[in-house]
Amino acid sequence: MPGFWTLLHKELLRFWKVSFQTIAAPVLSALLYLLIFSHALESRVQVFPNVPYTSFLIPGLAMMSLLQNAFANSSSSLIQSKVTGNIIFVLLTPLAPLEIFAAYVLAAAVRGVVVALGVLLVTSVFAPVSVQHPLWALAFAVLGGGIMGALGIVAGIWADKFDQLAAFQNFIIVPLTFLAGVFYSVQSLPVFWQHASHLNPFFYMIDGFRYGFFSAADVSPGVSVTVVGGFLIALSALGLWLLQAGYKLRH
Amino acid sequence: MPFAIEIKQVHKRFGSLRALGGISLEIPQGEFFGLLGPNGAGKTTLISILAGLARADSGELRVMGYDVVSQYRHARRRIGVVPQELVFDPFFTVRETLRIQSGYFGLRDNDAWIDEIIERLDLTDKAGANMRQLSGGMKRRVLVAQALVHRPPVIILDEPTAGVDVELRQGLWHFVRELNQAGHTVVLTTHYLEEAEALCSRIAMLKQGVIVALDTTRNLLRQVAGVRLRLRLAPDRLPAALGTKLIGADEDSRVLALDSYAQIESVLADLRAESIQVQELEVLQADLEDVFVQVMRRH
Repeated sequence: MPGFWTLLHKELLRFWKVSFQTIAAPVLSALLYLLIFSHALESRVQVFPNVPYTSFLIPGLAMMSLLQNAFANSSSSLIQSKVTGNIIFVLLTPLAPLEIFAAYVLAAAVRGVVVALGVLLVTSVFAPVSVQHPLWALAFAVLGGGIMGALGIVAGIWADKFDQLAAFQNFIIVPLTFLAGVFYSVQSLPVFWQHASHLNPFFYMIDGFRYGFFSAADVSPGVSVTVVGGFLIALSALGLWLLQAGYKLRH
Repeated sequence: MPFAIEIKQVHKRFGSLRALGGISLEIPQGEFFGLLGPNGAGKTTLISILAGLARADSGELRVMGYDVVSQYRHARRRIGVVPQELVFDPFFTVRETLRIQSGYFGLRDNDAWIDEIIERLDLTDKAGANMRQLSGGMKRRVLVAQALVHRPPVIILDEPTAGVDVELRQGLWHFVRELNQAGHTVVLTTHYLEEAEALCSRIAMLKQGVIVALDTTRNLLRQVAGVRLRLRLAPDRLPAALGTKLIGADEDSRVLALDSYAQIESVLADLRAESIQVQELEVLQADLEDVFVQVMRRH
């Protein structure tokens, strides 16, 4: 297993060395969202009883940042390695597909969780946030990071060029995370859009994570964790299969 | 003792292009082997399949007796590849790059060997420099170091001296020769045929995905190319009978290609018969470039 630890270490170093861009920047973006939305909506919107809108926003923003950054980590690492050709340094080694997969996914989840912690830390200055069920929050953070790490692997392997990956990120990941109930409760939506939101797997990640904070959610955390867990298994199977088959990696 | 490399009937297509059309090759342990051929002959494809970077459509490949697909972990531990492309990871320094590569192979506490290869490849001054800051030649040295970091018994160098200055080239060959003398099997592809001639004990020539020549370097030089004769004549003309042997001429001399040394006598007889004096005569040894050109023309 030492090869796995080296790859994990390398992937962690890779984002840590440019942490201004990979951690500080998304934390700042989340802070700006919080300041703008809370200023505009604080007095007009109350989603859960006794929860100020700004407090409601914080877990959603943390989770959105977690998801987007976990995806960015594995996908950008893979596409950069593919385009520059240095992916061969990994492919020439005895590392098994499972080791490669696990290292990329874990590194992605770690970056996502570090960014989310940063968002929670910085935004908690502006509104009180207490974690009522820390284990639920942690479970959704880890599962969400894992899912997006696995999705990043799939996208990173599939994409041949940076703009294909950017399209994946901008047209799939960003809309699905924005429309997953970060800024509102889906119960406030018209019935059709409520149903549509329930088809979005990102909704369950954010809703479950928020349950950990407020002990209140749009759907029960048991349902959310089942959907999220199923999604993780399916994406992991896909990612592993692509690595095993050498799709677009071993020609 | 298994072969260092054993290749049986390997076929590979990229769409409609036949990259390899049934390659079979055995390279014993300890050999310094040359793989030559024009661009697109399939050399890099063959190396990629051996190293696991590509997959054969059919056929079987073994490194030190281990199948490169079903026993890939064993096979990859025993092979080190210096790729043709100048690739690097811009996030890391030279030493970090080597430590990471070493770790991928499960090697901890490998610093003594890493220090040695850094020193042998004249990278000591650059060990702490980021890969981005290195010149092309320096990056090439790091690629060689990366291929050696796990002490593979089989080393494959895919055009390692392309675009490299003379000093590095000589230093690199000195080092690789030492590794070969220490028992490592070395496979080399290069467009510098004088390098292959000086280093390789056996050579395969590839053209359009098939082996068109495979023999010891000495036999290839002896059998394929014959003898060339440079003559300065007075008067400066050639008997008609020798016209078919003429392969070149410059200001004051002519070069004839003969099948063997025995023909020299008949050439001299033809010249004597027409009262042409030989003012200068030089027997030229064929070099690998002549062999290569002839083999490629024939196939």
